[in-house]
Amino acid sequence: MNFDPRYSTRNFTAVGTRPIRPDGIDKVTGRARYGADFNMAGQLVGRILRSPHAHAKIKKIDTSKAEKLPGVKAVITAADLPDHTNGDAAMYDILDNCMARKKALYDGHAVAAVAAIDARTARQALKLIEVDYEVLAHVTDVDEAMKHGAPLINDAVFTEGLEEKPVKPSNVTKRSQFGHGDVHAGFGHADFVVERSFRTEQTHQGYIEPHACVASANADGTADLWVCTQGHFVYRQHCAQLLGMDASKLRVTSSEIGGGFGGKTHVWAEPVALALSRKAGRPVKLVMTRDEVFRASGPTSATSIDVRIGARKDGTITAAEATLRYSCGPYAGSWAEVGAMTSFACYRLENVKTVGYEVLVNRPKTAAYRAPSAPMAAFAVESAIDELAKMVGMDPVDFRIKNAAQEGTRSSYGPVYGPIGIGPTLEAVKNHPHMKAPLGKNQGRGMACGFWFNFGGQTCTDLNIGMDGSVSLAVGTIDVGGSRASLSLIAAEELGIAYEHVKAVVADTSSLGYNDMTDGSRGTFSTSMATISAARNAIRTLRERAAQMWDISVDDVAWEHGHAVARGEKHGNLGKLSLKEIAAASGTTGGPIAGHSELVADGAGVSFATHICDIEVDPETGATRVLRYTVVQDAGKAVHPTYVEGQYQGGAAQGIGWALNEEYIYGKDGRLQNAGFLDYRIPVCSDLPMIDTQILEIPNPNHPYGVRGVGETSIVPPLAAIANALSNAAGVRMTHIPMSPPRVLAALEAAREG
Amino acid sequence: MAGVAVSTTINGDSVEYLCQPDETLLEVLRDRLGLTGAKEGCGTGDCGACSVILDGRLVCSCLVLGAEAEGRQVETVEGMAHGEQLHPLQQKFLEHAALQCGICTPGFLIAAKDLLAKNPSPTEEEIRFGLAGNLCRCTGYDKIVRAVQDAANMMRGA
Repeated sequence: MNFDPRYSTRNFTAVGTRPIRPDGIDKVTGRARYGADFNMAGQLVGRILRSPHAHAKIKKIDTSKAEKLPGVKAVITAADLPDHTNGDAAMYDILDNCMARKKALYDGHAVAAVAAIDARTARQALKLIEVDYEVLAHVTDVDEAMKHGAPLINDAVFTEGLEEKPVKPSNVTKRSQFGHGDVHAGFGHADFVVERSFRTEQTHQGYIEPHACVASANADGTADLWVCTQGHFVYRQHCAQLLGMDASKLRVTSSEIGGGFGGKTHVWAEPVALALSRKAGRPVKLVMTRDEVFRASGPTSATSIDVRIGARKDGTITAAEATLRYSCGPYAGSWAEVGAMTSFACYRLENVKTVGYEVLVNRPKTAAYRAPSAPMAAFAVESAIDELAKMVGMDPVDFRIKNAAQEGTRSSYGPVYGPIGIGPTLEAVKNHPHMKAPLGKNQGRGMACGFWFNFGGQTCTDLNIGMDGSVSLAVGTIDVGGSRASLSLIAAEELGIAYEHVKAVVADTSSLGYNDMTDGSRGTFSTSMATISAARNAIRTLRERAAQMWDISVDDVAWEHGHAVARGEKHGNLGKLSLKEIAAASGTTGGPIAGHSELVADGAGVSFATHICDIEVDPETGATRVLRYTVVQDAGKAVHPTYVEGQYQGGAAQGIGWALNEEYIYGKDGRLQNAGFLDYRIPVCSDLPMIDTQILEIPNPNHPYGVRGVGETSIVPPLAAIANALSNAAGVRMTHIPMSPPRVLAALEAAREG
Repeated sequence: MAGVAVSTTINGDSVEYLCQPDETLLEVLRDRLGLTGAKEGCGTGDCGACSVILDGRLVCSCLVLGAEAEGRQVETVEGMAHGEQLHPLQQKFLEHAALQCGICTPGFLIAAKDLLAKNPSPTEEEIRFGLAGNLCRCTGYDKIVRAVQDAANMMRGA
């Protein structure tokens, strides 16, 4: 669906307003039901036994004692999850991650599970399971894992993407490369070159709701699954395939979701809960503890990145190059590839080359985390860009404006851009009062840019008009942060009725066609396209019914502001018919009125943001405090501006936590040492200032209202914005994230010692 | 293990239950009494999602035993609204969109209620430190702080 330019001059009546969300009241009264808030009759409690070893061969598992414990109804191991993946390597990895088959590949890898009548019995049963491990050498560091002689995690892995097929197995699963031009020649034309190496540590999405589900497998081969997920249709597909059942026989109902940020896009416990339920013949509730969430869900990659950028005296970048190594956990991924694609996406470059390496380590399987892979690449590139601007002697904003990508620029990862927001966000930052505010002692200001692709994907939506004229909107994308409000606004806008008369719900997998997950910032973008399409289909029917009621041709009936209007002089005597009047008559004019839509939402417009940040560093402790923060981002069209602001603020806060505090800390034994919110410290209220936002609206040409995804880009710039602010405050260039007090203090002391 | 008989008051109602000696108040509320407004985000007192008010004191119900509620007053999120009349904090959280996923919201509402009971005119800094025991991963806290400020104004009749 293309952008309709009439909309840019049109006065939106619903879109752009800020009503209260339809699911709000349940959420402030405690009535909203999340993953762990649902129960079934006869339900058992499931618990998972996890490997204490980073890398170990599983020689034998003896479950006999656990099975004999009174109250235990089922014990399962990998033997109860036979391989139905038929050579699908990615699905086999998911199966192996749900329950280790031959080797435990990380601290926390599931090896067995029980279902018992209560939690205490289940915990006791886990202690009675005897696992005979042969502990193997492990590697958890991304650079160490690439070295010759590093412990091999999977000896069947030979690096893909090399010119010559390797003869030896490796922990590097794939090499990927992007770019154009001739970087060697480009660096030859540079007057200044910055070359730096960076590291970022592994972080977790840190959603407050642990993974939770209730699985009920029936004797007739059908099953129900209640689960917190970002994609119930994808969970259905994966669970059905792993359990060897027809997808249509598994109904998945999504609960309210207590945060996901990419972390609830993969199945971990759900196939285990279904297998337990199948074996026990009763429903099984399985809720992860916080410790399990940290050890055994899907954090983001740890990275090691080298960047080299050259520029002429006039500030033109002549060449840019990056080598990116991303940890994947013990299974293949495409994380470095995505990082390599995003690295230089903000800039107009004649010569650019990025190379990514996917690296296996004995850590949990990497999952998506909000604009996955982009923040680390942006940390490295935007830090180097700032340094280069200083060498050239230009203001960092002006330097970026001079080199910013524009409409028609061939991006560093291939495609040619349409209308984009990088230039406008930079201009807005240049003119923002924040840039002129005074700074005190030990304070500094930094800025940085960020890019995210955005995604569209498969989408299916139903719009049903009740006989009272109110509208039920059934969508298949999970609402992670207010999309039921924005989609209700879209339906109200298109139909020309009040927001209050639309109620959006997330339908279960048996009630609607397939939908991709809520990922890639697609929820509002793609489902609003499907909602507009469904509403237009409903309007066609409404016009037909009005034509029937008036006994005129449908071609003479238009739809305006929620009413059918007869067109043409011969119908001059006919008044308007409201949606409500047409709906009330529907029983005698052909039955229920509905609009349906199924589409692939192509054309998610790319997204850019520029952030400004003021910090103060304590020279005694190395602690860094964020004093002021401003986010400027292109939304295409902000459907519900308050929730757009919320996405900007939330992403910035996560980025601030990543920049300053958060990291997975592994001991020499390969065990995670900080699997809890006390030691893995995410920002609390007193750590942060207000986060100012400025929404720009550069219409996405592929959406009828110009909407772009807004959810992810805001986490991309903070790492570099804070590093640049620290550099300006204290004269130290931080190259290792998080910039925790000990690291900053060490840098300050090194600088003092000169 | 023998159960412990407990008589307590929850949201003004007399309640009796049997619980195990090692069962937390959070488990009792959620699994025995069906009061699932309090959430378990960590089980170790770090996230505040299970916040309740016990005899006028803000506590993490995951760190209190069910047996300890004997003879005491427990306030949970389910008791904040009076029928259809929302508490000013609930209303302001809705108006300011101070929630995205909403899992932390019951804990924040209870913590904010406790804060305003003790300090009806908190500064921004006092709100930020008063709510520092509650984790939110979606909002960046900006809209939560504004909602609490606005609710405090409303409750003072300003």
